[in-house]
Amino acid sequence: MKRTAAMKTDPTAEPIVRMEKLNKHFGQLHVLKDIDLTVAPGEVVVIIGASGSGKSTLIRCINGLEEFQQGHLDVDGKVLKPHGKASKTLQQIRTEVGMVFQQFNLFPHLSVLDNVTLAPRKVRHASRDEARQTAERLLERVGIADQAHKYPAQLSGGQQQRVALARALAMEPRLMLFDEPTSALDPEMIGEVLDAMRELARDGMTMVIVTHEMNFAREVADRVIYIHQGEIIEQGTPDEVFDNPQNERTQSFLSRVLTH
Amino acid sequence: MDITFQFDWQAAFASIPYLLKGIPYTLLISFGGLAIGFVIGIVFGLLRISPVFWLRWPAIAYIEIFRGTPVLVQVLFIFYGLPQLLGGPIDAVSAGIAAIAVNSGAYISEVVRGGVQSIERGQREAGLSLGLSQIKTFRYVIWPQAFRRMIPALGNQGIISIKDTSLFAVIGVGELVRQGQIYIATTFRALEVYLMVALLYLVITLTLSLALRMLERKGLVGQ
Ligand SMILES: Nc1ncnc2c1ncn2[C@@H]1O[C@H](COP(=O)(O)OP(=O)(O)OP(=O)(O)O)[C@@H](O)[C@H]1O
Ligand SMILES: [Mg+2]
Repeated sequence: MKRTAAMKTDPTAEPIVRMEKLNKHFGQLHVLKDIDLTVAPGEVVVIIGASGSGKSTLIRCINGLEEFQQGHLDVDGKVLKPHGKASKTLQQIRTEVGMVFQQFNLFPHLSVLDNVTLAPRKVRHASRDEARQTAERLLERVGIADQAHKYPAQLSGGQQQRVALARALAMEPRLMLFDEPTSALDPEMIGEVLDAMRELARDGMTMVIVTHEMNFAREVADRVIYIHQGEIIEQGTPDEVFDNPQNERTQSFLSRVLTH
Repeated sequence: MDITFQFDWQAAFASIPYLLKGIPYTLLISFGGLAIGFVIGIVFGLLRISPVFWLRWPAIAYIEIFRGTPVLVQVLFIFYGLPQLLGGPIDAVSAGIAAIAVNSGAYISEVVRGGVQSIERGQREAGLSLGLSQIKTFRYVIWPQAFRRMIPALGNQGIISIKDTSLFAVIGVGELVRQGQIYIATTFRALEVYLMVALLYLVITLTLSLALRMLERKGLVGQ
């Protein structure tokens, strides 16, 4: 039941992410080259590309986990400067941008409930009760309400990743970033995480997703971006990119990943 | 002669009340010094991993100096040397506490550094990406995990420092060994008294070991 970008996104609204001619180097390595990317409210953007092409680096620039050297970047109306280190602006952006990691990165010393309530309590200064109610509602929504008092190590990978999703959603973000959220999961657990993400997309969350799950990408994406050696060399609707890729590198990449 | 093989249990037990007078000093110097050493260790351990060069190098210098010199020399320096600089005497107990503090502080700095650095990078990234500040990420995410991993090494340092206080008999602190020496001077029962001294150290260090093991087991919940 995919809605088109035109239906759920308002093209006149201010974009949540605006990247212009963004360049990023790791020492000698030029990892991101003149990236132009805007993400509109409500849009679901999926980034695909080979290993080492710069997908992770790209989405980690959006919440300042990586700094960049040249170009313009604003997120939720706040400008992130090149060479930007820790700053108040960066922290404000991070409270509005949630992230789900490949390795879950749950806090192992905290219960599931405390994982989800930590940031609302310490950043948003929510009361304990308030934060707990929100957490229970979110855990319910991702289908693990009954695990609230367990510790991360007592959960399966799929459950852990759904807790990580609830933890990010507890901050009521305007934008969610996903860096290969299912790549560390056993095959039988991938579905439950994708289901939770699907529901989030249906509810209108703005999402930028790095994934190798091409069927999922085709289903939820409003726009698919193919990145090759740090450059965006193709983008369009899933139908355009998957069924009729223009660039031969995209064609060869897709022929490799879609045959499996 | 059979007299050299005679172990006098009565003399051994008789020495205990006298030796026990040394225990408060042993405990005061070791735990007082370790408490200060722990604070030093947190501060210098974190400075040691600071990305800022001029914060890092004083920490490195401190650690190398106090880890690289004997605690006996440190206490002699503090007790006999520092008064020449300060212009007034330092009492022996304070000198002992100070020596344990600076010495254990150097080792604990390295324990803190190792503990903090052992936490996966993803933990910090997860904290920051939730909007927690650097300081709150450290306080609520990194430190509780690092501290748990530090417990065995901290316990080790505690035991080493408790035993180090035995050296402070040389500056006349009335701790366990010093009490033993005084008692032997009048009774000539070195074998019995030193055995009791050794046993009393064992009681202290085993108690600490046990307490730490319980703390560790508690910490294991949820790992
Ligand atoms: N911290 C770093 N220091 C130096 N080089 C790095 C660093 N992180 C990534 N790189 C390099 O930057 C390039 C892009 O890495 P990135 O992780 O963004 O790729 P990716 O597209 O996410 O790959 P994958 O699909 O394997 O996750 C790679 O060549 C990688 O080796
Ligand atoms: Mg990656």
